[in-house]
Amino acid sequence: MANESDTINMSVENLPLRPRWAGLIIRMGVLPWLMLVAVVVFSLGSDSFLSERNAITMTRQASYLVLVAMAQFLVIITAGLDLSVGIVFSICSVVAAKIMAALMPGMGDYVWVVIALGCLGALVAGIIVGAVNGIGVALLNVPPFMMTLAMSSVGFGIALMMTGGTPVYGIPPEFSRSFGFGALLGVPSPVIVTMVVVVIVYLFLNYMPSGRYLFAIGSNNRASALSGINVSYYTFLPYVLCSILAAISALLMTARLETGEANLGTAMPLQSIAACVVGGVSLSGGKGRLRNVVLGAVFITLVQNGMNLMRMDSYVQMVVIGMLLVLAIVFDNLRDRYEHKV
Amino acid sequence: MKFAAAEDADPRDNPGALPSEILRMVGVSKNFLGTQALQAVDFDLRRGECHVLFGENGAGKSTLIQILAGVHKPSKGTVFHNGEPIDIQSVHHSRSLGISAVFQEFSIAPSLSVVENLFLGSEPRNGFWLDKRQARVEGRRLLDSFGFQLHLDELAGDLSRAEKQMLEIARAFRSPPSVLILDEPTASLTDVESERLFALVEKLKRQGVGIIYITHRMAEIPRIGDRVTVLRDGRLVATLDIENAPADTLIRLMTGKTRTELFPVIGSSPGAVVLEVRNLSTVDQRIKNADFYVRAGEVVGIAGLVGSGKGDIGPACMGVSSVRSGDILIRNENVTGRSPKQMLSHGLCYAPSDRRADGLYLQHDICRNISIASLEHPPLVKFGFLRRSRERTLARDIVKRLSVRPNTIDSEVARLSGGNQQKVMIGRFIARGAAAYIFDEPTVGVDVGARHAIYEQIKALCEEGAAILLISSDLSEIMNLSHRAYAMHQGRIVGECVTGEFSEEKLLNLMFGQAEAILPAVTHDNRHPGGINGQ
Repeated sequence: MANESDTINMSVENLPLRPRWAGLIIRMGVLPWLMLVAVVVFSLGSDSFLSERNAITMTRQASYLVLVAMAQFLVIITAGLDLSVGIVFSICSVVAAKIMAALMPGMGDYVWVVIALGCLGALVAGIIVGAVNGIGVALLNVPPFMMTLAMSSVGFGIALMMTGGTPVYGIPPEFSRSFGFGALLGVPSPVIVTMVVVVIVYLFLNYMPSGRYLFAIGSNNRASALSGINVSYYTFLPYVLCSILAAISALLMTARLETGEANLGTAMPLQSIAACVVGGVSLSGGKGRLRNVVLGAVFITLVQNGMNLMRMDSYVQMVVIGMLLVLAIVFDNLRDRYEHKV
Repeated sequence: MKFAAAEDADPRDNPGALPSEILRMVGVSKNFLGTQALQAVDFDLRRGECHVLFGENGAGKSTLIQILAGVHKPSKGTVFHNGEPIDIQSVHHSRSLGISAVFQEFSIAPSLSVVENLFLGSEPRNGFWLDKRQARVEGRRLLDSFGFQLHLDELAGDLSRAEKQMLEIARAFRSPPSVLILDEPTASLTDVESERLFALVEKLKRQGVGIIYITHRMAEIPRIGDRVTVLRDGRLVATLDIENAPADTLIRLMTGKTRTELFPVIGSSPGAVVLEVRNLSTVDQRIKNADFYVRAGEVVGIAGLVGSGKGDIGPACMGVSSVRSGDILIRNENVTGRSPKQMLSHGLCYAPSDRRADGLYLQHDICRNISIASLEHPPLVKFGFLRRSRERTLARDIVKRLSVRPNTIDSEVARLSGGNQQKVMIGRFIARGAAAYIFDEPTVGVDVGARHAIYEQIKALCEEGAAILLISSDLSEIMNLSHRAYAMHQGRIVGECVTGEFSEEKLLNLMFGQAEAILPAVTHDNRHPGGINGQ
């Protein structure tokens, strides 16, 4: 018997037989290498890529996607998917702009109250979208893909009905000045907001039982039920959280554009999922790191920024982004296979 | 007729000449991640014999037949087919050699019909097109030859477990096999169906087909077997002619000499009733009118065959499956219909039998797997935030208590051996702490070392005053660990063995229900059918 446990002990200890450098590449994932390649290519292709001014522009641009990528991440952890982040963008942008534009004439003296009400309205609209998604997936067992795809059609229709397809003007300039173009100590305000949200999400995922439960149900929801986790609730929750984060991003972008627009976030579903996948998040749930998701979003922005500076055609850019996404997934599969072979 | 081996020309005395031998395995070993499933096993099969494979769960029987069926490749050793060394490449290759296997885990496509399943992979064709009429005619004839009452057009997914088993068996015969592997084929068949199967086995033996037969039913072995090979912990213990292998010998060989060392003596000091189930029936009818109770400080066993409903007791008590009628009480409080989360808060833990599907977070580390059920409780959480150092301390304590290997809590659970995975899952519930624990097949597929560690934990929990419900297919486990035991048959609790009148034959008798009555009474002489607290 002693013999038996000894042999098992040894064979487990002997497991990591792969070379060290291979382990390093596997742990780091594909992202750092892609980033390195991208930075080298773009700095050779454009003089202004490495300038300070472009760096600030790029972080501001990245902050919108970082927020939505984190939102998407919360859902993907639970083995879900949210294709409706795009229409949360449209609806929130339109709702906020409509409310502000409607209230401004009467309450012009209380600009900040108007802004607060507009933002509140947008958040409520986002929460409603998220709650409907969550109820569909968690209680009615609609597959996340179908639920959120259908929702994005519904939401886009509603946003277009509200606006008739035209931009909504009349947002108080204070809103745009503070949240769109403002900066504190040289750091653009969207970046500040995003950094605060990143810290909150980090604490949520790593230091709160609820965050841990999201990973747990994504990994094995039967085991989670037997471990005393309310599986329906924690399937529902991330859709609401996702919509709140997407709403914050939508508000920041509305401030930047100074108008509310129904077709604001059309690229967001693909780009947010791409950011997660490039950041090594498993689409089957239960696994992923927030840090890498943030880096993934930054990487995608960086590629877009670089391609813009190199005056690449926007249609070509779409091709490149799509290809990067597939590449990241292929690498991920190879990594899985390699890890399981050992 | 019973002893066909006796008619053979004594090939055992003359192993050099192998005229009648169809398969031989020499020194076959198989490693899975960290576990040795088979170790230098020799095995042979002759034409026209039924060779029984006997051993406990995890002894290596399944691995052995899976190697022959082409599911796994041996790590070491050689397989000979008709005297020629062969390397079985795939399931398809194995089939083409005439080796047909009926596994316990069904390989049925649930969304296809019975007839489509019957000919899956070898559909009758009419040139370019499928010959559906031909398939129906052949399918009907195949099913009728067994007397299986299956409709050709029924969806395989809608069949009962027994019907799926029939479909699997029929499928193995669509082309005449030269070797037939049957893995517990009677586990979910009725007596009449089993009799038909035995008749069929006899017929095939006369046609020269070699049959490898796995069973846990002792009474079947002399009924159809010619030789028995006993495996234990992946090693060959013995290959015996059937007349040299009475039940007592087989049980001794199967469990090994370490029996007294393996099972600790658990002190019993029954207190108040902790878990009580009254007249419970589930919506899916897998449990019918079950009554039982477990007191603090005692281990209560539930024995039963595959499909007897014993595996449904845990989910029903825990609130996972829906209750149709009856009551579940924890410490005299009626908790029927509560969620698993509430059951856990009331002090009931359920460690499921399928650790990979229902128990573990395979891609998470040991620490997270252990702490997950305890995160919302005082030492680990303060002001809503986790105290990760406390969490790690808890995990380390559990790893040490159950001697999990490797003892670093950051290892991914997928990389652990089966025994260590099981320890981690059980450790999670020990970390949480409960008044009553339900252990469903706690040692399925684990090595002897882990078994011992798990039994020691059950002992410790019981002696600390917990109520333990031990559900197991392993009768020796029930016999040696529990203070009382119930037997289940076809969804009902059919009897109880109380302290003092505890015996293996009583339990066996109950587990088999009426089935035992028509099988020849070979296992024991003094049996009392239905005599123990029968309900």
